[in-house]
Amino acid sequence: MKKSFGVKEVVAAGIGTALFVALTQVQIPIAFIPNTSLQPRAALLAFFAAVYGPVVGGIIGLLGHALGDALIYGSVWWSWVFPDALFGIIVGLFAGKFQMKNGGFAGKTVALFNVVQIVANALAWVLLAPVLDIVIYAEPANKVFVQGVSALIGNAVVVAILGTLIGLGFTKIGAKSASLTEED
Amino acid sequence: MSRVLSYVEKDTWIHRLSGVTKLVFFLLWSVTSMITYDTRVLLVMLVFSLWIFKASKTSWKQVGSVFKFIMFFLFLNVLAIYVFSPDQGVKIYGTKHVLAHLAGNYDITKEQIFYELNVVLKYFTVIPAVLMFIVTTDPSEFAASLNKIGVSYYIGYSVAIALRYIPDVQDDYAKIKRAQEARGIEMSKKAKFMDRIKSTAAILFPLIFSSMDRIDVVSNAMQLRGFGKNKSRTWYSAKPLKRNDRLTLAFTVIFCAAALIITFTNGGRFFNPFT
Repeated sequence: MKKSFGVKEVVAAGIGTALFVALTQVQIPIAFIPNTSLQPRAALLAFFAAVYGPVVGGIIGLLGHALGDALIYGSVWWSWVFPDALFGIIVGLFAGKFQMKNGGFAGKTVALFNVVQIVANALAWVLLAPVLDIVIYAEPANKVFVQGVSALIGNAVVVAILGTLIGLGFTKIGAKSASLTEED
Repeated sequence: MSRVLSYVEKDTWIHRLSGVTKLVFFLLWSVTSMITYDTRVLLVMLVFSLWIFKASKTSWKQVGSVFKFIMFFLFLNVLAIYVFSPDQGVKIYGTKHVLAHLAGNYDITKEQIFYELNVVLKYFTVIPAVLMFIVTTDPSEFAASLNKIGVSYYIGYSVAIALRYIPDVQDDYAKIKRAQEARGIEMSKKAKFMDRIKSTAAILFPLIFSSMDRIDVVSNAMQLRGFGKNKSRTWYSAKPLKRNDRLTLAFTVIFCAAALIITFTNGGRFFNPFT
């Protein structure tokens, strides 16, 4: 616990959550489909998970979604809170591989990031969210799967575009250690 | 950007309760209302919710705009359930009383109306509890209470930091947005879809990178003050449990247990008036 969740991670999880909550109100409406919108906060979650790891990703997903729901919508829809946490954890598990902090986020790692995020999104929104909706709220199956699939597509697109761009931008300014190579 | 619920200091017995009590109440209450579909239990919970909400002296001004927002989403959800599955109620209750026929598969049945009424009730039992919890609990006490119910104080601190920085981040967002708009990016509905994604990126970049700087500053400051050196810590804003706290906790536990027992001794989560 100490090593993977130190002071920096505590603060990153806190401020990441604050960002996630603040971005809850920022949505890009999709012109041709009514009542759906892209949520830039998904890109933020993916980015923070990719930089700070699974614990921070999980906390931002869980807390950010629950707090954001409670503060802005006044009610917490738990069956959609846990999928966000799952998404953060899965993306965070591969944090070491993306090498965002040390400037190695390019080419192959970008591809890996996107594969991981799409798989994580699918698990979260097409598997976990509808199942929880059915178990907890006894909602009709076809409704929750349609919602799940649209959430998957929306989030995957947002993370693929915005998440990747933020990662590329961050890896450029953070590229300090990549200029050094390890001696054998 | 200011349509966010926040703590308002008042002097009622609910405000005086410890954060631990309110957190435990909020969690048990929402779990219970999540699990039960028993209409009688939900109605009793609704009455209690409204009473608690009234006792907290929350004014309409504090929660009105959020409440309207919730009603809008509730309406959409109820409509969506009907559009996608007009026979959900029939499936659950096992009988079919048709009141009117609309078109195709779409009948209006008593079962469907009753099922959707339960969905609405579930919302209404939780909303006052959530609103009450947020407007009557001091954010810094919230972190202390998380720690008291067994959550690691590291995570408690994350929560405290999140609550502390939400307004700051919102201010940053508004400032950056105005600055970028002054430089000519279009954020309104007039912009095309791809342009809107691009302009969102133009706001997100400075917002996220300035927040990363903030993470460095705050974590350095905490490290300098020796955060995380000991296994536990004390809390400046924690309130000790008093007589009212113990009474509320006892009531909550007994009520929720009873609600679940009543729900499940009736053979399943649903109360069925049709058989």
